Amino acid sequence: MVEEQRSAEERRIEEAIAHDDIAISVRGVRNAFGQQVVHDGLDLDVRRGEILGVVGGSGTGKSVLMRSIIGLQTPEAGEITVFGEPMIGRLDDEALAIRKRWGVLFQGGALFSTLTVAENIEVPIREYYPNIGATLRDEIAAYKIRMTGLPAEAGPKFPSELSGGMKKRAGLARALALDPDLLFLDEPTAGLDPIGAAAFDEQTRKLQQTLGLTVFLITHDLDTLYSICDRVAVLADRKVIAVGTIEELLATDHPWIQEYFNGPRGRAATAAANKATDGRR
Amino acid sequence: MLKSAQIIEETGDDGAVVRLSGSVAVACLGDLPDRLDRIAGPVAAIDLTDIDHVDTIGAWTIYRTARRLGCAITGASDDARRLIDEVGKFEEPVPIRPESATPIRRVVGQIGEATITAGATMIGLIGFFGATLVASWQLVRNPRRLRWNAIIQRFEVVGVSALGIIGLMSFLIGIVIAQQGSVQLKQFGMEVLTINLVGRLTFRELGVLMTAIMVAGRSGSAFAAQLGTMKLTEEIDAMRTIGVSPMEALVLPRTIAVVLMMPLLGFYASIISIIGGGFLCAVLLEIPPVTFIQRLREVVPITDLWVGLIKAPVFGLIIAIAGCFQGMQVKANAEEVGARTTAAVVQAIFLVIVLDAFFAVFFTWIGWN
Repeated sequence: MVEEQRSAEERRIEEAIAHDDIAISVRGVRNAFGQQVVHDGLDLDVRRGEILGVVGGSGTGKSVLMRSIIGLQTPEAGEITVFGEPMIGRLDDEALAIRKRWGVLFQGGALFSTLTVAENIEVPIREYYPNIGATLRDEIAAYKIRMTGLPAEAGPKFPSELSGGMKKRAGLARALALDPDLLFLDEPTAGLDPIGAAAFDEQTRKLQQTLGLTVFLITHDLDTLYSICDRVAVLADRKVIAVGTIEELLATDHPWIQEYFNGPRGRAATAAANKATDGRR
Repeated sequence: MLKSAQIIEETGDDGAVVRLSGSVAVACLGDLPDRLDRIAGPVAAIDLTDIDHVDTIGAWTIYRTARRLGCAITGASDDARRLIDEVGKFEEPVPIRPESATPIRRVVGQIGEATITAGATMIGLIGFFGATLVASWQLVRNPRRLRWNAIIQRFEVVGVSALGIIGLMSFLIGIVIAQQGSVQLKQFGMEVLTINLVGRLTFRELGVLMTAIMVAGRSGSAFAAQLGTMKLTEEIDAMRTIGVSPMEALVLPRTIAVVLMMPLLGFYASIISIIGGGFLCAVLLEIPPVTFIQRLREVVPITDLWVGLIKAPVFGLIIAIAGCFQGMQVKANAEEVGARTTAAVVQAIFLVIVLDAFFAVFFTWIGWN
């Protein structure tokens, strides 16, 4: 009976995933740590199938917003729904059907240090779908490793033996283990060299297109914004002050946005992006 | 509505065809992989015309079945075709766990590695001790470089803050020795000898030894963790580039503080133990405190006090050196800080006990018994 109820709920959610146009909806969220208010009345919509870049100065609560959406941090007020399901104040196992449908890449990769890369990828599969046999599980881990651009030799390695870029890829592979519909990336290219960062962006874009993912991407990297993000949300003054394509954002006259995109680094990234588009023509 | 995947096997014109329908995705997979595995063939094609949803895990399940049966995949939608092509690119196996050797080889290898590690640690520890001596010698020649602030700060952390816990521990140990001793000595009608037992044992051995163990746990571990973390955050490298010697700024203040604090703490612990023993004697054996103290002065030679006070700074030195040495050995990652901290405490306590045995033999040999 319980089994039937659960599967009914799961079906309802899958239905929503397949048809809702808004993947994540954040309304009036307030987050505060003691006296320090991070968010106040924050609204944001993430559309299905898009890569939404989230930018903002240090301390504007980009990571806090992500942690609020995935339930690691309970906001003081406001509403957050993921595929139409309210997420705030729900117990871990109530929202399980939604939890299975997202993958999260934390800043440092957050791989389990006592498990190999392949075993790390198997953890969510083992946890949520114990009926998948060991052979099939190993095979799934194998193609996930290769899909995220890791060499086969990385499979039996422990996280401490990996470089920063490989850790991120392994973290991405684990985030993708259950074929999620929603992917959260927290500064995926931070700490990578420009070549590695560009390759990671490319990989993210390709996976997003192949798997039809919705991506919530926190970044500081202007090149990432230009090359792969469909829309960009700007966090400042405890709110999302603007959401749109980079052209739309450039048309606004908020000083921080102008500073951000028209500063020396912003101009360099614009030039690089224009060059890339010209090259394609 | 998304339905679980179904399998229909039928025989067409070109041979058997396996028809899949519903949703071939991880959430609705159920026992589909097992059922597909049971299909023995020969099968001409797997037909995907009726499939309405597929993800990479589903695509892989289909792909591996087609590969095993050597059949074609027909009727796939663009989405399904794209995913199957994508996962098919990565069919080569990837090792999951590191290769493990045969048990015998592994055991022999572990013994060998442990031996090498133990040897290297011993040599490193002696080397570090030497480096500390050199740094101290330089400080003796330039006494103005001594960092009194750091040392006094350590006095507080190592000594003053430890008074409570060491006092409580010592008091209880005094009670335990007196109680257990009196039970045994009662059989000979010699309960009064409990005073000898408590007095000699605490001054000679237990006072200092238990203090050393407590200080190793409190301060030795803290030294390893502090220096290890500073090593990780490159603070120690930064110090070196600025021209500050970490030996002088970090290791020596800690070492000096522990070496100076240990005799004081050891003496304090002994006194509290005696008070504990005296308390039990007064309550249980009805020996009045005045008699207890008088008897103590008769049976405990002053050499017992010297034995304890001579050992204490040596134990302190071992604890500080082991803690700082392990902390400075931290290299790659945060896990190592934990491992090194444990190693520091284990090493310090082990070396303290080994040395205590040597001291016991030595002091008996010179006639201080």
